[in-house]
Formats: sequence, structure tokens, C-alpha cells
Amino acid sequence: MIQVENLTKYYHTLCAVDQVNFEIQKGEILGLLGPNGAGKTTTLRMLTGYLRPSSGNIRVKGLSIDKHILEIKKILGYLPESAPLYHDMLVFDYLNYVAAIRQINGDKKIARIRRLADLCGINEVMHRPIGDLSKGYKQRVGLAHAMMDDPEVLVLDEPTSGLDPNQIVEIRKIIKEIGKEKTIILSTHILSEAEATCDRIVIISQGKIVADGSADNLKQSTGGKNIMNLSVQNADYKTVHETLAGIKGIDEVTCISETSSMLKVSLSYASTADLRPEVYRKIKNTDWILLEFHQETQSLENIFRELTKEN
Amino acid sequence: MRQVAHIFRKEFTAYFISPIAYIVISIFLLVTGWFFFATFFLFNQASLRTFYALLPIIFAFVIPAITMRLISEELNVGSDEILLTMPVTVRDVILGKFFASVAMIVAMLIPTFAYPLTVSVMGQLDWGPVIGGYFGAVLLGAAFSAVGLFASALTRNQIIAFIIGLAICFALTLIDKLLYFLPRSLLGVFAYLGADLHFQNIAKGIIDSRDILYFVSVCFVGLYGAFLALQAKH
Repeated sequence: MIQVENLTKYYHTLCAVDQVNFEIQKGEILGLLGPNGAGKTTTLRMLTGYLRPSSGNIRVKGLSIDKHILEIKKILGYLPESAPLYHDMLVFDYLNYVAAIRQINGDKKIARIRRLADLCGINEVMHRPIGDLSKGYKQRVGLAHAMMDDPEVLVLDEPTSGLDPNQIVEIRKIIKEIGKEKTIILSTHILSEAEATCDRIVIISQGKIVADGSADNLKQSTGGKNIMNLSVQNADYKTVHETLAGIKGIDEVTCISETSSMLKVSLSYASTADLRPEVYRKIKNTDWILLEFHQETQSLENIFRELTKEN
Repeated sequence: MRQVAHIFRKEFTAYFISPIAYIVISIFLLVTGWFFFATFFLFNQASLRTFYALLPIIFAFVIPAITMRLISEELNVGSDEILLTMPVTVRDVILGKFFASVAMIVAMLIPTFAYPLTVSVMGQLDWGPVIGGYFGAVLLGAAFSAVGLFASALTRNQIIAFIIGLAICFALTLIDKLLYFLPRSLLGVFAYLGADLHFQNIAKGIIDSRDILYFVSVCFVGLYGAFLALQAKH
């Protein structure tokens, strides 16, 4: 659907995006992740034709952005960061204007505006000036703007930034709903959001791609570790250590807390291995009382921190 | 061209949604009305000459106030990002906004029809120069709008856009009055650059292609400058 080839952008002498390459398949939800100033917004602005790349090319459905910018703009719907809309316009007038620019006319226009108002939950603010709306509603109006022409590709720049937790959940729900049919590219620096909504994650740091893959793939490929948390009664740390450290593959057994009633330990081992059956078998042979047995993989936060720190 | 019409409609209605149009039109009518009728009975002539004599200098103040927000507000709020990622070109945006500003100037001039109508009741008014004058006023307004639009595309601060626009329009109005200070070899060029001279020619009822060409050239240069300034930001 979209091919980005050697995309580079300089702001005077500052290189904001440096030789970025990636592809997006039809129907995919791609999350562009990175710390502040990593080049996410610049990349999205180039994708939507707002900024011209210093070098490199972008192809959308085989059309090159240099030559077919207007055709590409018709395929794309874009919600910029913090939805900069016309504050003195009424929501309905604004959507009407956007529909006119996107050549949607007559009955089709009214039907489309109604459908978007329902989908984005903005029915009750249709006749209020945009400037008077809360940030969450502005974001929804921006989303309705982006989806006006039922675009094949939706580009959303930090769609949930600055929203309260309820609004975040609602916007995510809308994105998930749209994502069933559309190709979506969204940028965020909230990792749980990317993990919850995206099929694939591209991590950018200092203008370069440092990781590309699904959340699970990223966790495995970066040589992450699995951590198993155990809580047991009727055992002391020394015995537990002796029993479990002997299992092949266990790297480390650490005591988290030890009280007279309970001992908490964590075991770490390579993320590629699953040592749960082994550990369980060992414990079964003892007279410990097992209260908790829980494996967690290395979180995306750690991977993100590692990858963006290295660069 | 359809996109230009949509942008034009949006910008033109925006003037009347906010208080800008009403304030600008009121001030314009107050100032022109006062200066025109203050001396009208002293001269005892049925003509609009004093109105047209003042128009360029009043336009030099009023038109940059009309155009200052057109692009700089978009740059300041960031809505240019929304606008330019829809299927429109920079050219559509510039032309749509330019026509909206010219339409606003026409809306501002319409109430001044009351002046020639009043004068025609009082004496024998020659309608030729009156019509020429209005035609010239629209051309002058269009030229100053293009200059104002260029100033607005330079900065995201509306006050700076107003001051730049005012400075250029003011210079274009007064340049032929300052020829005294210029070397003789440059006189011809600078006299031709003065907007007032060309406007007064048309306001006399003489429609000369050189004067029309001058206003069309100023429009073109202003709009092209705005186009380059806006494109350079992307």
C-alpha cells in the first residue's frame, strides 16, 4: 500500500529524518514510536504531502508523491497532532467545508456527516464553535475530518495525546473500529497504546528506524528475558535458590522479599525458553505451598528504552 | 478552480462571522465619510474627487488589516497543516483567499454608493469618473490585497503581517510624492511605481491599459510572492 524509500528530511543543517525505509501493507495498523523529537511527526508530514522530503521517495498505491500529490491526498486522511482546526467555525460548518473540498456533495454529504458524527460521538456539539470544545471533542472532530472521504489510509499523529483516560479509551475504540477496514499509521510515545492498537510497530530514534516488527517479535528479537515471579510459603530463600537455580536455563534467582509467612522470588531466563513446566515439576516434589506462579516477558518499555538510548 | 471557490466561500464568510468585517467597514465609512463631507460644501462641486484623492492612503491602512489574518493565522494555529493535506494546492489556497479579500473590499465599497447618490441629488454629477473611480478602487484594492497576502504569508504574527503590509502599501501610495529626493535618472521608474498616480488616472474616467497593467502586475507579483513564501514553509 505504502512504500517509503530512503526518506530524508533536513531542517537547515539538522537532519530530522535520516534514510528511513519501510512498507505498510493494506489493512495494517502501524504504530510509529519514538521519544520526543525522534522524527515521527516529520515522517508523517512527509507522508501526507505537507512537507517535501529533502531526498527519498514515498509511493502510495504505486503513485509517487512528487508527481501525484493531489491523487495521494485524496487517498489519505490526516489528523495532525492536537487537531489544529478553525476555532471560529461551527463543527457542522467545518465538516461541511471539508466535505465540499473533498468533492462530496448533495445528499451524500449530509449522510456522510451524520455517519461520522455518530461514529466519532460528536452529535451533541455539531452546532458549537470548535474553539469552545474540550480537547477530546476537538480530537474527535479532527478524526471526523480525517475520515470524511472514507480514505483508504488514515494517518493519525498522536491521536490520544493530552486526553483524559476515558477519552483515550474512547478514541482507541474508534481507531480499532476503523482499523478493521482501513490502513492506519499512528504515531505515539505511549507504548501501551501501540501495543494495544497496532499490528506492527516501528521505533524511530534520532531520525532512524531502530526496530520494526510486531510487539511480540520485538520482545523476542531484542534478546529480552522472561521473568517468573513465585510466592511460596513453608520455604526459605536458601532452599528455594538451591532447588531452582539447578534447572537448566535459569540465569538468576533473586529474592524479592522474605517474611515469616511468605517468600517472594523472581527467576529470569531467556525469552525464547519456556521453563514453566520444569519449575512446576521441581516445586511439586517439595512441601512448599505455592501461592503465586506468574511469567512475564520483558516489557516494551524496556526494549524502547534500550533501543532509543543506544542511539 | 472548484477548490478556489470553496476556499473563497469559507474565507469570505469568516469575515462576517467574526467582528472584523463590521469593524473595518464601520471605520472605513466613518473616515471616508468624514473627510469627504467635511470639505464637500466648501468646494461646492458635484464630484467625488476628494473621496478618490483620499482612497489610496485609507486603503493602505485598511487593506493590510483585512488581509493580515488570511495566512498568518493559519500558520499560527497550525491549520495550514489540515488545509494543505486536503486535495488542494498552494495556488488554490492563495487565490481563494485573495478573491475573498477582494470581495470584502467590494462589500466595503458598496455602502459608499451613498456618496455619489447624495451628490447627484444636489448637483449635476458626471457619472463617468465615478464609475471609473469605483473600477480603479477595486483594482487598487486587489493590488493592495495581493501585497497584504504576501505580508501575511511571511509571518505567523498578525501584527507583523499588518505592519509589513502597511509599509509596502504606504510606500506604493507615496512613492510618486517623494520623487523630489530621487536622482533624475530614476524618476521615470519610480513615478510609474506609484499606485496613487495610476489610480487617479482611472478615477478621472480615463481607462488606460498602462494603468490596468500596473495593477495586474502588482497583483501578480504579490500573489506570486505569497505563493513562494507559503511553499518555502513546506
